[in-house]
Amino acid sequence: MTKIVNPTSLGMPNGTTRPQLRIVIVGHVDHGKSTLVGRLLHETGGLPDGKLEMLKAVSARRGMPFEWSFLLDALQTERDQGITIDTTQIRFRTKLRDVILIDAPGHAEFLRNMITGASQADGAVLIVDALEGVRDQTRRHAYLLHLLGVKQVAVVVNKMDRVDFSALRFQAISDEISAHLIELGVTPAAVIPISARDGDGVATHTDRIGWYRGPTVVGALDALTPALALDELPLRLPVQAIYKFDDRRIVAGRVEAGHLAVGDDVVIMPAGKRAKIKSVERWSAMPLEGEHGAGRSVGITLDRELFVERGDVIAHAGAVPSYTRRLRARIFWLHDQPLTAGSSILVRLGVREVRGRVVAIEKAIDPGELASVETKQIARNHVGEIEVALAQPVAADRYIDNPRTGRLVIEVGGRIAGGGLVLSIDAAQRAVSSDIVPVQSALQPEERSARYRHQGAVVWFTGLPGSGKSTLARALEHRLFAKGGSPILLDGDTLRAGLNRDLGFSAADRSENVRRLAEMAGHLARNGHIAIVAAVSPSRGDRAEARSAVDTAFREIYVATPAEICEQRDPKGHYAKARAGDLPGFTGIANDYQAPETVELRIDTSTVDVGRAIDGIEDMLRQTQVLDDGAANLAAFEAVRVTA
Amino acid sequence: MTSTNLERVRPDVVSMDHLDQLEAQSIYILREGFARLKKLALLWSLGKDSNVMIWLARKAFFGHVPFPALHVDTGKKFPEMYAFRDHYSKEWGLDLTIEYCPSIDSVDPTLPPAARSAARKTEGLKLALAKHGFDGLIAGIRRDEEATRAKERVFSPRGVEGGWDVRDQPPEFWDQFNASPPPGAHLRIHPILHWTEADIWAYTARENIPIIPLYLAKDGKRYRSLGDADITNPVASTASTIAEILVELDGTTIPERAGRALDHETEDAFERLRVAGYL
Repeated sequence: MTKIVNPTSLGMPNGTTRPQLRIVIVGHVDHGKSTLVGRLLHETGGLPDGKLEMLKAVSARRGMPFEWSFLLDALQTERDQGITIDTTQIRFRTKLRDVILIDAPGHAEFLRNMITGASQADGAVLIVDALEGVRDQTRRHAYLLHLLGVKQVAVVVNKMDRVDFSALRFQAISDEISAHLIELGVTPAAVIPISARDGDGVATHTDRIGWYRGPTVVGALDALTPALALDELPLRLPVQAIYKFDDRRIVAGRVEAGHLAVGDDVVIMPAGKRAKIKSVERWSAMPLEGEHGAGRSVGITLDRELFVERGDVIAHAGAVPSYTRRLRARIFWLHDQPLTAGSSILVRLGVREVRGRVVAIEKAIDPGELASVETKQIARNHVGEIEVALAQPVAADRYIDNPRTGRLVIEVGGRIAGGGLVLSIDAAQRAVSSDIVPVQSALQPEERSARYRHQGAVVWFTGLPGSGKSTLARALEHRLFAKGGSPILLDGDTLRAGLNRDLGFSAADRSENVRRLAEMAGHLARNGHIAIVAAVSPSRGDRAEARSAVDTAFREIYVATPAEICEQRDPKGHYAKARAGDLPGFTGIANDYQAPETVELRIDTSTVDVGRAIDGIEDMLRQTQVLDDGAANLAAFEAVRVTA
Repeated sequence: MTSTNLERVRPDVVSMDHLDQLEAQSIYILREGFARLKKLALLWSLGKDSNVMIWLARKAFFGHVPFPALHVDTGKKFPEMYAFRDHYSKEWGLDLTIEYCPSIDSVDPTLPPAARSAARKTEGLKLALAKHGFDGLIAGIRRDEEATRAKERVFSPRGVEGGWDVRDQPPEFWDQFNASPPPGAHLRIHPILHWTEADIWAYTARENIPIIPLYLAKDGKRYRSLGDADITNPVASTASTIAEILVELDGTTIPERAGRALDHETEDAFERLRVAGYL
């Protein structure tokens, strides 16, 4: 019978608490990263017995000269293609510490692996070929290190043997890359001339680089410091889950910053509810006393029953994160499809998941190019600054205030497509404060839709003045009402006469006008009505935000009547006034209308009459499940009768 | 097992040692997996790594393991392993699910013998997946074990056939995981990917986690890694305690899986197995 070994009496091991340093090696594909890693392993005695001999034998069998990089190319497929294809982690030891080397591939297609690797690193080694010098990919990787928050960078100038160990050549490259890094806010810890193939400068100084006085690669790695402590920052405990496996109700999460202890007064954001930490739970020991610092996965109980959910952030009273539905971020983009204004995205801020929409793209550049190219979309492997509107309020910090809670990733189609740092949080777009308690309707949406035979929706007409928005809106209102529905017209100009009379026609006021329209329309839609909005709403970003606020109930119709015809019609006399100079900034002739790229429906009223146009709108609403299908409706009616 | 491993309550501890950091990260991963997938199972191979993983799950979920412990049984494990399973599944309150592997005849005959035997386990795993409809499998692989495992993601999507596409792995950074497997496919979740063999032993000792005695040296030999009895060999060792194992590991440059025949049959045997869905 098996005897189970009980290791209680064993002494504690030594050698397992050495400081660990995670280093990513980045740089252009052919500049010798894998060779450097192979050489580092060899120089520090980290190679498994027989590995070198095995690889030498494999090389001989294939009739190829041995290369140090073969050590890493453990995959058959890699050898065939001759490039490293994914992030690999390799460990070795220096005198001072354990180093985990993250080898990130340099091939442009595999930038996502480089980011995967570099995001875990305490520091980086940026490799540059002495012959080829700084390349696009070198700059791109340097930029991403900066964006990922890797601040400790050692530069190695490799293949010095190819430039006869020229101190002049080294200095030229050193100056160029140092200037580039400093511009990004990164001061290189060292710039080291090496030949990874021959070993110069890797672990030892050699005569061939006798003119160099700085550290070797191993020396430079020993001089880097492990990741900073986050304990000093205000408490941030993002809630991963609430567990009720037994009679305890445990709020579980990892302390991302700061520290907590039993008895602390905390605030649960974004709702702003307050409580006290009753206990810190733990298996397999008694609940813990003392402070729990950043990095701990903890479970706490609170002194009162509050609604807490995954994605909330627990903070100390007086030092809470911001909460908002709108923020700006600097992001890198990894998806095949470029990110454009109006894109619908899923944002993950820590464990919080929230739908959002890109309201504007303010800057987009290829970090490999020196000049920034002005574009309105962020292509794959490029970076940019975006403004995002979120469907629900979130708790967030700016990256400069908290590197852990100030970063986000963007998901498209269930896959991480980009990530970035929170630059600013728009406090004007706050959620309702904790003092405001919205009262929900007494009726369920289903009760209303059973009566109206439609779902709640917002039908948003956008287009130039005089394009026919109001005419279509009124006709649609009539048609829906005649069929027993509950349409409600919200006309931009009508609302400006009352609710929105404090607003003018500046860009900011127009945005606010659209935001209020969307809020009101969304409220009606959530209560089962069909809100019909007719508003010029010239800004694509504003409309994207309206869609975001209304969410899936939004149906946008572009009334695409040609500008000349709109001006001929001029139903309100605005074009004439504007031409006379009496209406500055009038959209019809100021040429600032941003036509939609994708909409549910497009109607040109110069080619189709009102009745046909409304038929088209009805079809669209039926196809997009706003209007109940006749047959389905009957079936639902029967079902109700049966259950009744 | 009696609870002899009560840790002393430590006052005002702010700093975390290396094992604390590994543990906290693993707990975070386990909780993310549990929050984001619908039907999880933990692959329990009965070895030192998956025992640590179960221990970490009990820490993450405060004494509970809220998903089945799945043992894909080749029927060829060491008797000590079966005894361990039957004893500790009860003691730890596990929802033990055992699925048996199909006959060796159903496995690709072009594979070398040991790899073929391992591929049989992959088939068993596929059958278990199909039967239970798990969308996430928690597996105790580690990056330092083997070169192809070093390339793994923490949340690693598998194709509908269970295969691993090493060339098209999604990005994974800042502890943000891709947790949306396409319909019919599943995810592998690797909570101890960042641990080393020495970490496993140090943690096992610190936490007083029971182990199968085959890991400790007897008559100058011990097993560093446990697989099927017919394709796993002991290594020369005098380490008869975990402390001695750690001293031995500190000096060794012999790979952990040296005693696992399937790693050595051909250059690419292991990778072929993993691409097809092996652990």
